Amino acid sequence: MLHTLSIGELARRLAAREISSLELTRHFLERIERLNPSLNAVITLTADQALAAARAADLRLGAGERGRLLGIPLIHKDIFCTDGVRTSCGSRMLDNFISPYDATIVTRLKAAGTVMLGKSNMDEFAMGSSNETSYYGPVKNPWDTTKVPGGSSGGSSAASAARLAPFTTGTDTGGSIRQPAALTGVTGVKPTYGRVSRYGMIAFASSLDQAGVLARSAEDAAAVLAVMAGFDPRDSTSVDAPVPDYPALLDAPLKGLKIGLLREFFDGLESRNAALIREALGVYTSMGAETVEVSLPHLPLSVPTYYVVAPAECSSNLSRFDGVRFGYRCEQPKDLKDLYERSRGEGFGPEVKRRIMTGTYVLSAGYFDAYYLKAQKVRRLITDDFRAAFEKVDLVVGPTTPTPAFAIGAKIDDPVTMYLNDIYTIGANLAGLPGISAPCGFVDGLPVGMQLIGPHFSEARLLSAAHHFQRATDWHLKTPGGYQ
Amino acid sequence: MSGWEVVIGLEIHAQLATRSKIFSGSSTAYGSAPNTQANLVDLAYPGVLPVLNEEALRMAVKFGLAIGAAIAPRSIFARKNYFYPDLPKGYQISQYEQPVVGKGAITIMLDDGAVKTVGITRAHLEEDAGKSLHEGLPNASGIDLNRAGTPLLEIVSEPDMRSAKEAVAYMKKVHTLVRYLEICDGNMQEGSFRCDANVSVRPAGTPKFGTRAEIKNLNSFRFVEKAIQYEVARQIELIESGGKVVQETRLYDSDKNETRSMRSKEEANDYRYFPDPDLLPVEIDEKFVGSVRGTLPELPDEKAARFARDFGLTAYDAGVLSASREMGAFFESVVEALGAPHAKLAAHWAMGELSSALNRDGVEIAHSRVSPAALAGLLKRIVDETISGKIAKDVFEAMWSDGKPADAIIEAQGLRQITDTGAIEGVIDSVIAANPKQLAEYRSGKDKLFGFFVGQVMKATGGKANPAQLNELLKVKLAVGPS
Repeated sequence: MLHTLSIGELARRLAAREISSLELTRHFLERIERLNPSLNAVITLTADQALAAARAADLRLGAGERGRLLGIPLIHKDIFCTDGVRTSCGSRMLDNFISPYDATIVTRLKAAGTVMLGKSNMDEFAMGSSNETSYYGPVKNPWDTTKVPGGSSGGSSAASAARLAPFTTGTDTGGSIRQPAALTGVTGVKPTYGRVSRYGMIAFASSLDQAGVLARSAEDAAAVLAVMAGFDPRDSTSVDAPVPDYPALLDAPLKGLKIGLLREFFDGLESRNAALIREALGVYTSMGAETVEVSLPHLPLSVPTYYVVAPAECSSNLSRFDGVRFGYRCEQPKDLKDLYERSRGEGFGPEVKRRIMTGTYVLSAGYFDAYYLKAQKVRRLITDDFRAAFEKVDLVVGPTTPTPAFAIGAKIDDPVTMYLNDIYTIGANLAGLPGISAPCGFVDGLPVGMQLIGPHFSEARLLSAAHHFQRATDWHLKTPGGYQ
Repeated sequence: MSGWEVVIGLEIHAQLATRSKIFSGSSTAYGSAPNTQANLVDLAYPGVLPVLNEEALRMAVKFGLAIGAAIAPRSIFARKNYFYPDLPKGYQISQYEQPVVGKGAITIMLDDGAVKTVGITRAHLEEDAGKSLHEGLPNASGIDLNRAGTPLLEIVSEPDMRSAKEAVAYMKKVHTLVRYLEICDGNMQEGSFRCDANVSVRPAGTPKFGTRAEIKNLNSFRFVEKAIQYEVARQIELIESGGKVVQETRLYDSDKNETRSMRSKEEANDYRYFPDPDLLPVEIDEKFVGSVRGTLPELPDEKAARFARDFGLTAYDAGVLSASREMGAFFESVVEALGAPHAKLAAHWAMGELSSALNRDGVEIAHSRVSPAALAGLLKRIVDETISGKIAKDVFEAMWSDGKPADAIIEAQGLRQITDTGAIEGVIDSVIAANPKQLAEYRSGKDKLFGFFVGQVMKATGGKANPAQLNELLKVKLAVGPS
């Protein structure tokens, strides 16, 4: 039952040589082979490389080396470039793309001795909230395979929930770690913008994208984030600030913590979800925290703001996929224009095209001021709202999503309804703030997530707050039936 | 052309002489095999990110300081979006609304010696694109991305120039300046220094500008002049025959000496500029500006003024000798060895024999076959009258071809001037004796024959008789006559 153990416990057993990394790796590879076909969470399995990496980790362990992640398997979201391994970004455009290099976070996790089992499914180019836009088909939610696992890191969330790996990596542009974490009952951390390098992470919206982790618990996530985070000279937007020792700070006293209850986060929230969030707040107050109601008046504008800024950036970021140097190229182009039009027309799916079109429109002469500039202004107002709130409270708590996981197919034909699923998560991206989603109960057998958002670089505080909650509750230990 | 005023503004692209590219670590060296200097960032692979090369920024600031411009404390890199195979990202990173260098000015000297100030609107950093190759590739295009990401400084002038000649003078001055600053090698064949010219005409005296055409990618001073002249004539002819100039981009065909329409304003791209979210705003503080200011050399105008003041050179000569840092340094080394009182002689030789030999053989002054010390050695012999200026030219040629010092050549070829009065008198006597007819004519009043006798003596001495002495002695001898 190795898949039921925490990263800390696995590391202890590896260090004590009670288990080997090879054994652990084989265990998870076997689970993926057996359980993944019904989930479609993993789209590339790298068994041979995994076994080799596990043997290498065992040698290091044998030589006396110790590390929190040394010998621990993981699954990378297929948005991260992995040297010699297909990096598809969930798109037909990159179905044939073997990355010639590793993303910085891949390098860092490799150096720490982790073992990559494979790459996880995702919404195409991270554009989606249900994992239904993937070229490789939808991912199923392990709690109910008729339901979505959230997105865009839906493969990672489903894999974490089904215990196909001790942890998975993800990216969050508008909620793409926290929302799927909430919908599958795992703990998802989206760090401060600039905390983790974006080098080698295929860009969706550069000013919003941030890499993070999906794991069973805040404790496990803390161990992973401590390795992922840090300045990268290859990413101009990464911040050169020391990385706290997150695991060591988990037990920081909670007493006196001021938690803001976001008024706007309860508008339109399903009552049973709201009840679970209030119960969670009760747990905090019982542990000595203080709750204060705060308001972010501009937060309701976050969805429209996001759907101007993100498409604008993506329309430009995705211009490099032109069929010339890598990726999909149409058959027999008759000229340059045809090469561009058909390569992109055939290589991209409908949601990606919709966002490229939207982004191109909002950046066009005559529309730029009304859309792009206006959205940037609102973005500053939302950031200012959060800043004002954090003068009163240490962190804010609310729901991660308006509802639990919805049915596959329910919203895919209605983009606006789909976009509204990210209403509670987008604000943190627009303001560049760190956020965590942690399981806080169930509605109709489906997990519900509680979201914690803090000031810039407050990851240690957020992880500690989530950790205290997880010591008082066991929602995060629940495992879907069939995956125990 | 009479009755029309020409209005010209130039956008000069100077390739900055950094070792690596503006946003990647690839080399910027010219002439390597295609795509050997393009790394994953240059190829715009998925996931890669740009990082600004600080050296490029320093160079831009250096230029800004040299033209007296304000350096923006905060400037922004923007994306200029368009699809083209030699533009791997599908956008060019450039500066749009907030360039690093603001308004400045450059002075140029016109043919009549008048000095004119040309305003510079701005200068901004951007990356170059790659190259599309079509030669030898039937039904296909080749892409060479070695140049993609090379740093460029785009220097935008005000529409201050009023003739093709002024435009060329301005471009030459900017060329001089960027080479002085060592921020651009100025190599126009390799495209390191090129410009787009905005040209319009208007009836003289009208305040409103005419519609302009932009002539793209001119990479020689001659082409700038010819293209503008052609374009001005075309526009005037068009208007005078009842037509209208349309705003468009034109290409200059140097083989046919004409400009041709490339695309009109209507066909122009909407570049959808927006701030590049992968790059933070560039913040420049006083300390950075100060550190760059400390690296500024003496500028061309300052050097020319000093040459004129200290050495008594004309403004024109001072301008020519300060047109490149290397020429200025060469000249000053010669003066140092020769002594400041003889600076004009040094100037005369640097601009004369030396420059013609360099031009004739296509040699850079840095590789001159006659060093400043060697030239000074030659000029010393003129000053001390060992040889005449005329003989000195022959000595210079000999120095140029076999690299020996002046004295060695003078000795070996026996070129030392004859200054011994007795020796010169002896030759004069024999010349007079051999030409009784001319002597008689001279004495009967044909003064012009004096030159004949000088020539004969020079011929007999192999040109070595000291000219002043010869003149003096000859006058006496011809008047007195042989005994």
